[in-house]
Amino acid sequence: MSKAFVPTAAKPGVITANDLREGHNVWMCEDGWTADPARATLFEDEAIADLALLKAVGQSNLVVGPYLVEARRGPNGPEPTHFREAFRQRGPSNYFHGIQTVKQAVTQTEASNV
Amino acid sequence: MFDVRPVDTDYVRHRAAQFRAQVERRLDGSLTEDEFRPLRLMNGVYLQLHAYMLRIAIPYGTINPDQMRMLAHLAEAHDKGYGHWTTRQNIQFNWPKLVEIPDMLDKLASVGMHAIQTSGNTIRNVTTDAFAGAAADEYLDPRPYAELLRSWSTDHAEFQFLPRKFKIAITGAAKDRALVQAHDIGLRLIQKDGQTGFEVWVGGGLGRTPMLGKVIRDFLPEADLLAYIEAIISTYNLSGRRDNKYKARIKITVHERGLDVFKAEVEEEFANRRRDFHGADREALAIFKDRFAAPAFRNAPTDGYEAERAKNGAFRSWTDTNLHPHKVDGYASVIVTFKTHGETPGDASADQMRLLADLAEQYGHADLRVTHDQNVVLPHVHKSDLPAIYAALQKAGLAVANAGLTSDIIACPGMDYCALATARSIPIAQEIATHFKNNGLEDEIGKLNIRISGCINACGHHHLGHIGILGLDRAGVENYQITLGGDGYDIPAIGERAGAGFPYDQVVPAVDRLLRAYLEVRADASERFIDAYRRLGPAPFKAALYPEPAHA
Ligand code: HEM
Ligand code: SF4
Repeated sequence: MSKAFVPTAAKPGVITANDLREGHNVWMCEDGWTADPARATLFEDEAIADLALLKAVGQSNLVVGPYLVEARRGPNGPEPTHFREAFRQRGPSNYFHGIQTVKQAVTQTEASNV
Repeated sequence: MFDVRPVDTDYVRHRAAQFRAQVERRLDGSLTEDEFRPLRLMNGVYLQLHAYMLRIAIPYGTINPDQMRMLAHLAEAHDKGYGHWTTRQNIQFNWPKLVEIPDMLDKLASVGMHAIQTSGNTIRNVTTDAFAGAAADEYLDPRPYAELLRSWSTDHAEFQFLPRKFKIAITGAAKDRALVQAHDIGLRLIQKDGQTGFEVWVGGGLGRTPMLGKVIRDFLPEADLLAYIEAIISTYNLSGRRDNKYKARIKITVHERGLDVFKAEVEEEFANRRRDFHGADREALAIFKDRFAAPAFRNAPTDGYEAERAKNGAFRSWTDTNLHPHKVDGYASVIVTFKTHGETPGDASADQMRLLADLAEQYGHADLRVTHDQNVVLPHVHKSDLPAIYAALQKAGLAVANAGLTSDIIACPGMDYCALATARSIPIAQEIATHFKNNGLEDEIGKLNIRISGCINACGHHHLGHIGILGLDRAGVENYQITLGGDGYDIPAIGERAGAGFPYDQVVPAVDRLLRAYLEVRADASERFIDAYRRLGPAPFKAALYPEPAHA
């Protein structure tokens, strides 16, 4: 995670961090920060991403340790390319805890909306 | 200089209040994360892959029932109902919210517990034999000395910013179950010419450069313990490398400077420091020896125990594997393994913690120990109480007869929790345990020590496993290196890498081939895997791990 990642149209990225007060993983989205990685903003341009990262760093009253990381465009939103990010987006493999519970809640809400 | 603090509850409360104020200042923006990080680390608060993590000290693994119940309460009120025993005899909670940690620390303070010096470049939790004060092969109970070291090192002004973390282990038994050679300082209580003292080891450690410690003093009289340890650590504090984090542990200092040079410096410093110790430490030791006096053991028949063994096969096999010989006739130490096949090694639910607290109160002289292999021990149990304990453990899913067997695996949190991980370790442990249960080979294989780490920091002590497994990231894919021939106990040894790593789904098949080869080549059922490895060398085992491709 130490190498700075530079997003391009071919290799886009997302900005992710942890929620300061509670600790869970969050992703930068259009209206702030979300616990649903599928809603993350996908950055394809270095300058725009850098500016957004600066903004994220400035929001240290909300989040801890923001960083830019590679993601790919998926049918339902950005998807992880490295397994570390895949685990951050899912949660641990030994229990149904972490972001996977958020995703389940999102899916249930969507299902009840139709 | 040493001063005795009888009960540090006030100090611990004070530290908790301080941390509450620091969290408030972080939340209102008066502290940046860069300023706050070292403060939270001083209180055992890490930021992990999915959440914050709180590491709580369990000094030398000794914990009483009320403290255990408090951990159960924290698991339910502030976590997801469980905690994780670590190889350093501590407990970690994986899901606390930063805003709730001050409350957790207050609650811990109410039972004399804390998270101080569970992180950072300080002297960490002093570890010891989980059977201290109970083991049949023990010369002297190491806990009074461990407590002396704990109270001396807590908040020791000179040693708050060492070049790197510093770990001390101490044992008083013939068999070293505290892994003294794998610690920055290791102490073995010994007797010489009728005098009690220590054999002092220095410079052991695993991580990216695994090294076993070396003897720096054959015999240190017990009265000189603190002065000598202070001399070692202050010498290291000055000459340890602060320019490179990976070369900052004392093992590198000793290795680069040479044991003789280092020892000469330590001895000189010792001569100076010794003058500053005026006996307060010895008075404290006398108090601690009283505090750790043996409980009132009872003299009762064990007929009921023998009868139950004769008629209940499951009980018999549990007593065969999960008891440790006690120094008092009619007693045993009970190993409660947190290694149920398919479960996460070392995870304990709140209900299980409460059950242990109840059992310790009812049958175990109110004493509990967290072991470095992520289990819990009831050190003093009369054998006549074993059938009742077994029945209670069985109901809680904790009566698995697997202490020291294939499924008694040590595993660090790995990529399922740890921000530093390069691969997962927990599911590998779960799958190995389940595999050898399902194929029925676990009992036949017998004593075996498998250890898994999720990165080269080696928190799972993989170098000391008879079979060690290290998870790495090879070009974005999990890959596992296998080491063979490590040992922490009988003949301490660092395992040797067997060859190329295996992808995630090939680890269980590889271990399966390895253990089947062992069953083929062992002399008889009493020859353990490690013994066969020592007798035959790595060749037959490597051949099993890396079979020649069949020629068409
Ligand atoms: C999940 C958070 C954890 C983090 C961030 C962490 C980090 C580290 C690091 C960086 C080291 C290497 C230090 C060095 O070589 O200088 C280390 C060593 C160690 N850790 Fe952890 N660790 C974690 C959890 C654990 C757990 C859960 C255990 C026990 C199961 C553990 C037991 C150890 C031990 C025994 C060592 C010493 C290895 C040696 O001899 O060098 N750690 N840890
Ligand atoms: S060995 Fe690595 S992955 Fe495992 S707990 Fe330690 S730092 Fe984390």
